[in-house]
Amino acid sequence: MSHHILIVAEHDGRTLNVATAKCVACATTIPDAHITVVVCAANAAAVAAQAAAVSGVHRVVTVEHPMHEHPLAAAIAPQIAALAGPYSHVLGPSSTFGKDLMPRIAALLDTVQVSDIMAVESATRFRRPVYAGNAIITVEVLGGAKVVATVRTASFQAAGTGAQAPIEAASPVAPPAHTRFVSVSAAHSDRPDLQTAGKVISGGRALGSAESFQMLYRLADKLRAAVGASRAAVDAGYAPNELQVGQTGKIIAPELYIAIGISGAIQHLTGIKDARTIVAINKDPEAPIFEVADIGLVGDLFEIVPQLEQLIG
Amino acid sequence: MKRILVGIKRVVDYNVRIRVKPDGSGVVTEGVKMSVNPFDEIALEEALRIKERGAAEEVIVATVGPADCQPQLRTCLAMGADRALHVQTDTPLEPLATARVLRALTEREQPFLVLLGKQAIDDDNGQTGQMLAALWERPQATFASKVELSQGKARVTREIDAGLETIEVDLPAVVTVDLRLNEPRYVKLPDIMKAKKKPLETLTLETLGVTPRAQLKTLRYAPPAQRQKGVRVKDAAELVAALKQKGLL
Ligand SMILES: Cc1cc2nc3c(=O)[nH]c(=O)nc-3n(C[C@@H](O)[C@H](O)[C@H](O)COP(=O)(O)OP(=O)(O)OC[C@H]3O[C@@H](n4cnc5c(N)ncnc54)[C@H](O)[C@@H]3O)c2cc1C
Ligand SMILES: Cc1cc2nc3c(=O)[nH]c(=O)nc-3n(C[C@H](O)[C@H](O)[C@H](O)COP(=O)(O)OP(=O)(O)OC[C@H]3O[C@@H](n4cnc5c(N)ncnc54)[C@H](O)[C@@H]3O)c2cc1C
Repeated sequence: MSHHILIVAEHDGRTLNVATAKCVACATTIPDAHITVVVCAANAAAVAAQAAAVSGVHRVVTVEHPMHEHPLAAAIAPQIAALAGPYSHVLGPSSTFGKDLMPRIAALLDTVQVSDIMAVESATRFRRPVYAGNAIITVEVLGGAKVVATVRTASFQAAGTGAQAPIEAASPVAPPAHTRFVSVSAAHSDRPDLQTAGKVISGGRALGSAESFQMLYRLADKLRAAVGASRAAVDAGYAPNELQVGQTGKIIAPELYIAIGISGAIQHLTGIKDARTIVAINKDPEAPIFEVADIGLVGDLFEIVPQLEQLIG
Repeated sequence: MKRILVGIKRVVDYNVRIRVKPDGSGVVTEGVKMSVNPFDEIALEEALRIKERGAAEEVIVATVGPADCQPQLRTCLAMGADRALHVQTDTPLEPLATARVLRALTEREQPFLVLLGKQAIDDDNGQTGQMLAALWERPQATFASKVELSQGKARVTREIDAGLETIEVDLPAVVTVDLRLNEPRYVKLPDIMKAKKKPLETLTLETLGVTPRAQLKTLRYAPPAQRQKGVRVKDAAELVAALKQKGLL
């Protein structure tokens, strides 16, 4: 029996977010997966073409409506619920886009949601983290219920490209008028994106000011790394909220993670568990961050960071 | 009456180091400190501030869970909630069932605003608010870091991956709160005494007409993969050398 899987594409109107290719990678681990990607957009053509090229995708469905200029869960959920009938699984990424949207879809379909899938054991059996990643549970969806799920993107390598899936248009259902987009303030930068960067340099409360955070940006530029931050650094206003790494920030899996002046609270560590190499720079030899660090350096960051900048040159 | 309903979940305190039981049947909760989910404290704080500004008349806290959730409800009453609803059940509910219970409470109490946490720090599902909004056929504004109310509408700033997004929703609506919305107040001793006299009503799933359905079974708990013990370097130069050796520079 093949499993028909519907994946809700995340995009910004022009570019398909890499999180979608990670959902495809997750879906291909479900036995006999037949994968459809649905693109809800004001103008879907460009994103649909990118989705059709992702390896493993069999079909792309577009739903065009002016309301989809910006991704509002209240507008997208009814579209997906209307399409979901023939599918056994409906997947989205565990980004803020997917976290906002997928439970609304699950409730409209009167079914369960499995949050943050990290591994697929069978079409109905999944592994997911609980308690900020301090325990991993295996869950079974019972009684043939439709599976709505978010995919923990840090657990999957994005599927490649090369497919040529057919693209079809579906007619939209009328979205509700009770929710309206007002604005988005995204800090545009030329630096690598925190969620996909190969290298990340993060700063904590110890940086002490937004000015000293500049030191990290300079070092990051030399390494072509993205910059991240602990919650304490974000709360104190040293770094913007979208840089927060951890349980309530971003969960990332870079090749190299350098934690500077970060103590290593469990809520922070849950965001970096999948990093290949963790480097910690902290003046306290007992700081918990050293328990997870592959390379630890005890010392004052205000001396070490400028030295690193020079050495890397 | 202009009411705000706040969902409260009792969870293992965020400072507790979680240990998985050796037989994989769960995590150790015996003798462990339990608290109000930190996000729910923030939700309650916001409700109280809205009331103190005169934009609401009553703040109701509600929890779904076993009898031992009552201390957490009393804490919420001490923080300033006017009354508490305890939907008592020993059956662990899935988020959809919890959302159904909250939906029944919106029918009963007719709030103009429901504030929930964006996630509970134990199960980390992050589903209940969005599910409630869908069942109630009302707007949702998740991950809120700012909430402004005016004339039947709420303008909510949301913490999203790209930065900050602002949306406007018609009321009633469900708002789930993020950490930076506010800093919850401390409970003072006299308030704890006063809270003992505040109304705490116990309800059942039956009276609310909710029949829970089990659609998800947890088969086992496992500790996360441990990382290999690392090395210490003595200065910046050694660090650079170590990174070069790993091919990371
Ligand atoms: C197999 C299983 C066993 C469980 N065992 C227990 C148990 O022993 N004890 C226990 O307390 N829970 C238990 N639960 C949790 C369950 O009852 C949760 O309330 C429900 O699953 C909501 O998921 P979540 O906690 O991840 O909520 P999320 O969706 O992450 O929570 C978001 C917000 O919803 C609100 N909310 C969530 N739960 C409640 C609630 N119960 N009452 C009021 N508001 C709420 C809060 O505002 C919270 O911040 C169990 C769940 C399952 C599936
Ligand atoms: C529900 C909840 C969710 C949370 N979610 C997150 C999350 O998503 N992400 C997150 O990061 N946190 C989160 N937290 C907060 C977390 O518990 C910690 O408070 C936070 O991570 C601490 O940040 P920090 O390491 O920067 O600060 P601190 O813990 O204050 O650590 C600062 C470190 O810097 C070191 N230091 C000081 N001066 C120097 C110097 N000159 N040179 C070198 N080292 C120095 C100190 O030794 C110390 O170890 C959450 C908390 C809760 C309750």
